[in-house]
Amino acid sequence: MNDASIEVSGLRKRFGPTQALDGMTFSVAAGTVTGFVGPNGAGKSTTIRVLLGLDYQDEGHALVCGQRYAALKYPLRRVGALVEAAALQPSRTGRNHLLWLARSQRLPTDRVKEVIDLVGLDSAARRRAGGYSLGMRQRLGIAAAMLGDPEVLILDEPFNGMDPEGIIWIRGFLRSLAARGRAVLVSSHLMGELQGIADQVVVVGRGRVLADATVDELVARAGSDRVLLRSPTPSEAAAVLQRAGARATVTDRGTVIVGGITAQRVVEVLSPAGVAFSEVTAQRASLEDVYLQLTGGATQYRAGTQVQP
Amino acid sequence: MRVTSSPARQPANRTRRPAHGAATAALRAEWVKFRTVRGWLIGLVLAGLLCVGFTFVVANGHHQGICTGAGNCTAGHPFVPNGPGGEAVADSYQYYTQPLIGDGTLTARIGSLTGVIYTGPANQAPSTAHTRAGLAGWAKVGILLTPSTRQGSAYAAICATGSHGIQFQHNYTRDQPGRSGTQTSSSPRWLRLTRTAETITGYDSDNGTTWRQIGTTRLAGLPATVDIGLFATSPVTYQDGATGAATQATATFNDLTFTGRTASGWTARSIGMSPRDYYPTLGAGSTHRSGANVTITGSGDIAPAVATLAGGSTASESLLFGIVVALVVVIVIATGFITGEYRRGLIRTTLAATPQRGVVLAAKALVIAAVAFTVGVVATALAIPLGHHALTTNGNYIFPTSTTTQVRVTVGAGLVLALTAVGALALGAILRRAAGAVTAGIIVYVLPNLLGPGVLGPGAPAATWLYRASPAAAFSVFGALPRSALVSYPFTLANGYYPIGSWAGLAVLAAYTAAALALATYLLHRRDA
Repeated sequence: MNDASIEVSGLRKRFGPTQALDGMTFSVAAGTVTGFVGPNGAGKSTTIRVLLGLDYQDEGHALVCGQRYAALKYPLRRVGALVEAAALQPSRTGRNHLLWLARSQRLPTDRVKEVIDLVGLDSAARRRAGGYSLGMRQRLGIAAAMLGDPEVLILDEPFNGMDPEGIIWIRGFLRSLAARGRAVLVSSHLMGELQGIADQVVVVGRGRVLADATVDELVARAGSDRVLLRSPTPSEAAAVLQRAGARATVTDRGTVIVGGITAQRVVEVLSPAGVAFSEVTAQRASLEDVYLQLTGGATQYRAGTQVQP
Repeated sequence: MRVTSSPARQPANRTRRPAHGAATAALRAEWVKFRTVRGWLIGLVLAGLLCVGFTFVVANGHHQGICTGAGNCTAGHPFVPNGPGGEAVADSYQYYTQPLIGDGTLTARIGSLTGVIYTGPANQAPSTAHTRAGLAGWAKVGILLTPSTRQGSAYAAICATGSHGIQFQHNYTRDQPGRSGTQTSSSPRWLRLTRTAETITGYDSDNGTTWRQIGTTRLAGLPATVDIGLFATSPVTYQDGATGAATQATATFNDLTFTGRTASGWTARSIGMSPRDYYPTLGAGSTHRSGANVTITGSGDIAPAVATLAGGSTASESLLFGIVVALVVVIVIATGFITGEYRRGLIRTTLAATPQRGVVLAAKALVIAAVAFTVGVVATALAIPLGHHALTTNGNYIFPTSTTTQVRVTVGAGLVLALTAVGALALGAILRRAAGAVTAGIIVYVLPNLLGPGVLGPGAPAATWLYRASPAAAFSVFGALPRSALVSYPFTLANGYYPIGSWAGLAVLAAYTAAALALATYLLHRRDA
């Protein structure tokens, strides 16, 4: 039996002609922040909805705290979730939104005040939620997720609409939760948001996991592969390297991106062939580069706007 | 590749009260949700105010007047007596009576019973100038004992009828049937009425020697001296159509035998046949005595009053439009209670908090039912006295209604609103969109009420069908007019009588709501949130 806080295994779900989930499998351990990234439409939100018992999967299973979510009594005391920050009745105040959630879990009314203070919403708590900015809604959603002081937190796109100060606050907050033994699953379509806070990253595309690794592993995997070469004769250099078994591409700016061999080996191949070069650099890829590399083939909508630098 | 996982942390137990289960928690959550949306609270108050306001407007539009001569009318209504039980009654008959002191008996043989039916225009006062021979089914002739000839007094009577055989009747609403068959000269009937203290007993005989007890009753508080005598009366008949025609009955009695003490001799009296009395009568009553034979001609009825003849209404009739308006507002609020959550995605937060979807729907249904019930009861409790006041001020006769009926109408209003609200909520859960759900709610729960009497016409068979089988059947709970088997009268929708019983009508509405709720529960479980 796996002791993971979240365990997703072989989830499949089809919406009409669209295969939304196609064998989604991963798990999240207590005391870690796990990033859940992928382009829009990759199946992140569907996976989270299945985890919370909101959507039904066609195949596979999704467990939280070792159980089906629907089997949990007072589930918000075990699992806190931020699913849609904008999902608020506009004429209800933030405080009253938290109050009904507290009632549904038999949590004391004091707890409402505590989570309002926790997310720094006390000035707005008695105002109608319809007037909240997206950032305030995100804070209210996080307050709702924290209401039951849960051991597992599932946050879907918590950075959306947050101001820089808010993003910094969330990042610190998520780290502190993990430090106190909570399991945190945080989804984002921007890899950069997770750099520095996620212990583990699950990259998804087209309903399945493309990579499930630590941040260091991911970066190392992609970065060890690339060498930047500057040469007065880029085409000739590329041809020589390709004959030696490397991947080499000439860019618009006249540089050559070399893959499959190390920088050391590039020098060893080019020097005897008499090809001149001015620079050979082993490149360390950013998490963003890794992400683009991984999801490039998995992006469903190639408009280009969904993956921002 | 994986980070080593640490043991899952056990959650702190935050329960301060003993756990009563997730269901009550969900119920409390839904109540907080409802009461924290000001628009819904305002809407509910508005529904109540509209109900009260429209009741007043409708009631205030009713005027009743008594006209003498050319257009000289004053607000007011004819006299309608109330029986000992407080119910509206007819009490019009020809009476040939003498006082009886203490116990005694009156026996008489009925020699003949004949009658005439008015055949003239319905819009004229009935007169004996236009009649045909015919006997109304509930024409009654016989022996009647009463402490007072004031209309609406207690009484007991043994009588022969037009087509209901011999009847022992008392206090307008009660009867015990005796020998059946029609009175003819070849098969005469003997009748006997006996007083023993407060107990009155009726007998009949077909030979004047062997007697059979038909019925007995105790008239509590009967004074020592009462009136006992022969009577004849004949009610409006509907055997020729919906309009009704006044009738007159004539009976010849022979062999009058009186035992007991009396203070003075026989006198003939016409009870309740003056112009101020509401019950339509044909001709003047008359009594002729020659030797042992007494011939009495009378018109009227001694029975419970019926709506069109009394020309009256009830405040609960004025309530109906206000209830329909309140239904519309309640449907909008009840559907919004769930479609609002679908529109904004809040339903996912709700179902994440309470994964038992049936429990969520039940909690919402209970909350919306409770608030709609409260609005219905409070609005009706305010609207009825207000409507009553407006009707009275405008000179209208108001059918007396028992406390039981008033409570039934008030609680019924609450139940109609509550059942409709739950049905609308279920439609909201099925359709998920406010516009569709409100439209469906109005079509199912409001339209039959408007279509019934308004479009199809109250006399149409389809309207009667609607009030039996559609949610409009529940409006029978507002029916405050009593029916009686002792009156031959078309108790139809057109005359203000619903074609289904109050609780059966509510059960029809409840069935629609239960069906909607069952489908909503099924779909809520089956579909993704």
